Amino acid sequence: MNAAITATGQREFHSGAEEQSLSLDFLHDYLMGNYRDLYAATLALDVNDHNAVLIARNLLVTAGEADPEQRLAEGRLIARRLALLPPPRVYGLFRELRRARVNNRRTRAIMRDWLAARPDLAFDAVKYRGAVKAAVRHAHLSPAGELGPFLFTPHRPAAYTTPILETWRRAHYEQAALYELPYTVAEGFAAKHRVNRATFLERIAPRLTRLERLRLQESARGLKVDAVRADLTTMPLTRLASYVLALSLDDRVRRRAELTTALRAAARRTAGDQAGSWGAVVAVLDDSFSAYGSGHKRRRPLAVALACHFLLEALAAEYTPLWLSGRTDALLVHPYGATPLGERILDGLERGPGRLVIVSDGWDNSPPGLAGEVLRIWRTRLDPHHSRAVVHLNPVYDAADFDVRRLAPTVPTAGIRDAENLVALVELARFAEGRTGIFELRAHLARRVEGFLREDT
Amino acid sequence: MTDLALTGLTTRPSQAWGGVRLVPLVREEPIEDLRLDARLYDAEFGVVQVNSRTEYFSYIPHGFVASWTRDGTPAAAYGTQLRGPAERDRTPSRMPLRFHRRMARRADRNRLRFLPLHLALEGYLALHFGGPEIVWEEWSHRAVSHGLSPRVEEAYTGAAVSGLQDAFRVFEIHPGQCGVLVYVADALAAAFVVPHPDDYRALYATLVHDLYGELIYHYAMLSGPVPDFRARIVDATVHSLADLRARARRQQDEWAAFHDRVMAGGLLDADYTYQHVYEMGGYRLSRFLPPFERRRENHIGELITDGTGRLAYLKTFRLSENQIRRGHLLTSLAAADWNLADTAVALGVTEPQLGLRIEAAGFGHLLRQDVLDHYRAQVRRGDR
Repeated sequence: MNAAITATGQREFHSGAEEQSLSLDFLHDYLMGNYRDLYAATLALDVNDHNAVLIARNLLVTAGEADPEQRLAEGRLIARRLALLPPPRVYGLFRELRRARVNNRRTRAIMRDWLAARPDLAFDAVKYRGAVKAAVRHAHLSPAGELGPFLFTPHRPAAYTTPILETWRRAHYEQAALYELPYTVAEGFAAKHRVNRATFLERIAPRLTRLERLRLQESARGLKVDAVRADLTTMPLTRLASYVLALSLDDRVRRRAELTTALRAAARRTAGDQAGSWGAVVAVLDDSFSAYGSGHKRRRPLAVALACHFLLEALAAEYTPLWLSGRTDALLVHPYGATPLGERILDGLERGPGRLVIVSDGWDNSPPGLAGEVLRIWRTRLDPHHSRAVVHLNPVYDAADFDVRRLAPTVPTAGIRDAENLVALVELARFAEGRTGIFELRAHLARRVEGFLREDT
Repeated sequence: MTDLALTGLTTRPSQAWGGVRLVPLVREEPIEDLRLDARLYDAEFGVVQVNSRTEYFSYIPHGFVASWTRDGTPAAAYGTQLRGPAERDRTPSRMPLRFHRRMARRADRNRLRFLPLHLALEGYLALHFGGPEIVWEEWSHRAVSHGLSPRVEEAYTGAAVSGLQDAFRVFEIHPGQCGVLVYVADALAAAFVVPHPDDYRALYATLVHDLYGELIYHYAMLSGPVPDFRARIVDATVHSLADLRARARRQQDEWAAFHDRVMAGGLLDADYTYQHVYEMGGYRLSRFLPPFERRRENHIGELITDGTGRLAYLKTFRLSENQIRRGHLLTSLAAADWNLADTAVALGVTEPQLGLRIEAAGFGHLLRQDVLDHYRAQVRRGDR
């Protein structure tokens, strides 16, 4: 489960993409082969999108191995999960199913229901044209109205009555029309009409989605286009942290007030009614060089740490951050230096907090293993009654161990992908401190599945 | 000349990755007025002209520029703008050649340019530049007039040593780090020290382009992962957090002492012969040769020390057993003024056996053909 939260099959700091996806595929196959019901039930948990898609795909590919009862349960779980996923992921899944030549009745039904539930299929058909076409063809559907001709013989009708389809048709000839299309589609037309990039960004600005806005903001600033301005206070916390880390140190200093306000606001929103209820918290946050992540997930571990920093600040009544490098200005962190986790944990324990949260990839190397020793002795000799909670959150999946890297067996470790899940993970980790058996796990999962499906109705 | 010592540097915990262990060396106080930088040559295959008659063929990934200021103000490093692409494949047919006039020469008034490893390899490969000093008749005409040329040694770039590249990639540079010791399968492969942490960061990527001996290449190929020296604390002695911290600190010191005494012992305890190449400012550039003792670690390299004996720069290359044998042979020959009979006595073999040994070591072309044939015949007769 830790794996399902963190692993994405992308390159990490310590291992390549192939290694990651090979390891992940094995884990999926193993789980599915031996504990099919548990495997399906993980769809109800906070697994990341990449893994949700993988699970759905594997279940559909091997539908023949399940008995009817299982199939029913799986079908409901998959349908529910797909409804929660962002559409590009789902279209990606449909494409993969097509490539894998999976076309059983259940797959078609799931595709049909999902497409039928889309709020505006015409919009999808424009934005994800190829994907919708592939899905429709694969599921043997005949879309209603003008969609059929639009997908399969797009240039035959002289005009469409659906506004967005008509705009799309006109955008082939008329520059003004392209600004009413979604950004990704309009970009292609802009290139075709040789529209100047600055002009294009200026005029497409109202059509940008929230995240597109955040992504384009910096390049727009370079082109002196002021219309593209993301409202930072509404961005999700981890996303915002990534954005902050992508800025140069000078920029961060210059915009300190704005960025800090945005991060604090996002953190407070995430903390919700739990804000300020955690007592004294000390966090050991990893900004060693390995927090750089990789070219695929640039600075992701550090972004998670930074987001956790602001979230914990909002949650705690009394909060002390300890960055590994010894830096005190969280806004200016950058990945550099070794990982002296052991010493930092000692510093943290010395302050006598009610709760110690460690956010690190677990590659303790200065010296190796000291963190584990410190935590072990802390638990066995200095605090055998668990008066202080210690939790380790790890943003990186370790391909070799099929899990996230642990610091010490006595301290619970949980995988974390978005800082937003911190609260749930820390609570969960406290239960995990006592070892639970497979039956309890099954019971817990059954409860989660029930809740998950109930939200549906 | 004082012994080789890591003066002014402290050892920090090692980081192991696969069969490679990297031990960082941290400088409390950086040296500000001597800065080094890498200049990656476009030409993949560098030819260094030592004299007009000796050409040196070897793979030269980079040369270094030493810039220094007399008044002690920090000299800005040339930095990364000179860095070339990290990956190249070695296809000899497409290699443009580039001529370096001398291996170390003054580029302009305040700068010394040198190709670090060549300084040392050059010293090793021909201990005596002009070859034999006394023209004993056995030496071929060619050896006398051309020296020991062409002097080609086999070495591998770091990129070819398996696991080394990854180890360098995941290594986390310590703040203030000025040097590193590279161990492959826990055998010391190379030592690298620079005056300033900024230099270190700039040059760090070039380590992977460096030359490593064939011994290291094979060790890396065959070795399994080396274990971490994990911290161990005995719980019975710990009663408070302060105790725990003291133990942790002691672990650190114990490791540093152990490393300097045991792991780097082969490098630091050996008896070196130093040759001074250049002196400027308070700094002295020298190269050193090992004693060529067989079945031991033998490192060659060059170093810069300042007036107070602080080690400013160090770069070493570990010789393989074969290279040591050859070095040993050449040293013996040089010690006997290239007289074959005297050398044979010193080594405890007969003269024909020595002749064949010279040939087996790859220096056969140095002996006159008829002399060599004569030795062969003698040995064959002796066998019967």
